[in-house]
Amino acid sequence: MSSRSPVIRVLRPGILSTVQDLGRSGLQHLGIVPCGAMDTVSHRLANALVGNAAGEATVEITVLGPELRFETSSLIALCGARFEASVNGAPCPLDRPVLVGAGARLLLGRALLGARCYLAIAGGIAVRPALGSRSTYVPAGFGGFAGRALLAGDQLELRADVAQISAERFERLVSQGTRLLQAAQLRSVHWSTLPMTMPNRDPIIVRALTGMHAELFDDAAKHALFDSTWRVAAESNRIGYRLLGPVLSRRTAGDVLSGPTCLGTVQVPISGQPIVLMADHQTTGGYPKLAEVISADVARLGQLLPGARLRFMRCDLEEALKLRHVLAQRLATCEQAISSEYGN
Amino acid sequence: MTRPQAIVPLGDQAVFVEYAQVLDLQINAAVQRLATRIRARKVDWLTDIVPTMGGVALYPDWTHPLLPTAPFDAIQQLVTECIDDAAGGSVSGSDALVGRLIEVPVCYEPEFALDLVELSEQLKLRPDEIIARHLRPEYCVLMMGFVPGHPYLGGLDESLTVPRRTAPRAKVPAGSIAIANGQSVIYPFQTPGGWKVIGRTPLRLFDAYRDPPCLFAPQDRVRFVAVSSAQFRAFKEDDLPQVTAAAV
Repeated sequence: MSSRSPVIRVLRPGILSTVQDLGRSGLQHLGIVPCGAMDTVSHRLANALVGNAAGEATVEITVLGPELRFETSSLIALCGARFEASVNGAPCPLDRPVLVGAGARLLLGRALLGARCYLAIAGGIAVRPALGSRSTYVPAGFGGFAGRALLAGDQLELRADVAQISAERFERLVSQGTRLLQAAQLRSVHWSTLPMTMPNRDPIIVRALTGMHAELFDDAAKHALFDSTWRVAAESNRIGYRLLGPVLSRRTAGDVLSGPTCLGTVQVPISGQPIVLMADHQTTGGYPKLAEVISADVARLGQLLPGARLRFMRCDLEEALKLRHVLAQRLATCEQAISSEYGN
Repeated sequence: MTRPQAIVPLGDQAVFVEYAQVLDLQINAAVQRLATRIRARKVDWLTDIVPTMGGVALYPDWTHPLLPTAPFDAIQQLVTECIDDAAGGSVSGSDALVGRLIEVPVCYEPEFALDLVELSEQLKLRPDEIIARHLRPEYCVLMMGFVPGHPYLGGLDESLTVPRRTAPRAKVPAGSIAIANGQSVIYPFQTPGGWKVIGRTPLRLFDAYRDPPCLFAPQDRVRFVAVSSAQFRAFKEDDLPQVTAAAV
């Protein structure tokens, strides 16, 4: 018996598949950004579905998915963007625990709705944590798997006892008397979670607070941010989304004193084309901050592809804090419901 | 006693204690003092205390069980207490800015000083005069940012004030020491960058798998020491700089 941990072999990597978790905190004063899943809600649901803690690492799969081979039997879940998914050629359901056998080939095609899907595996992914997190930070080449996106031929290590805990957890689902979904290539259950972050209309609406430099912009710009429909530009990534729309002009030219930024900060460089900062953003920046997307809506931004449209809606701090709380409660309720399926 | 101009929310995620909208080394020292004092309180529900050029950003841990029900009010209260503490006592002893003094070896030879000739023409100073003026001051880390482990150093000789390059470089080599905007910076690893490169350090500024991951932290003092290219090459990857205590 080999002491080597079982692996997932990457047969094809997809466009951008990276290991992510809930990010690293407490290091922003050193210029180290939290990183983490772009859609933390779907990441957490995927983990809950396989009986993992919320902070276990998942694979964030973007736009065009990978083809993966599981060395041992594994309990997995896919949440987030609606992808075509199959196991050994047979359809694989999303949003539920799925037990795949040793040698199973999981193929994810194209995202049909949304941008990012999260693959959780019982017990998590055994990459070495960097600075307290397994999140990949590609710009500085650390964290996750070798500090980069997955490539063909990579072997992603799982927990040594993944087959055993997968079998045990699935058995616990069965022992709760749940109706099973018996398919040729996999075993699953008849219940599923509801996706919480999918684009629900076009354009989607995200709520935003006034930014600390709003007064540097002219009135037309302040109105245009909220009155226009914006399109996510092609040159958008995990660092930020460039938005195409009217040019937002300022009363005075020049940069502001370099200061802190947040996930969801809407900053406007000289060009007048706003940028929304996403998970891999820099910790500081010298562009004026016109608005801040509320934290409850950031995960939904993570599901936008280049070309997708969005509108901003004004919100105030009290409402934003309430919505943050509401989302946290909804997610906790959902996680508890899944946990109860495991008999907890 | 320098007091903040405003305490403003950064969306619904953090609070920014703003002291100034322009860079001033005295004001940055006040920013660093406040950050130090808040850190000394060891508030469990604050994850990140981030001193920047003109203010301190405070990020609560939204999942912490001890998070107050009105976190932004609690932060305001905490900041007010920390400022009043300082106003009551003298700025000395444990309240003085005690940072580290870090000696950074720099090779200013042409193979590393990518913009020195151009700077020499622009500033009408000989390259050795630019180097001497860059070596003279003791710098202070005003802020870490741009990329992990990247310090912004205040204290540059005023005669070396230049704007950034009009066209940023796609790849600035790791360890490059550059100037612009009245400051000096060091690039921790290869990135795009627009500052004017005058030398390179053999030290590795950032390594996520090393403890500590970053050579610099806010309010550290920095001195550059010129080394030859032969000395530069004698450094090993994991060499650390000489660090001494520096009272300011």
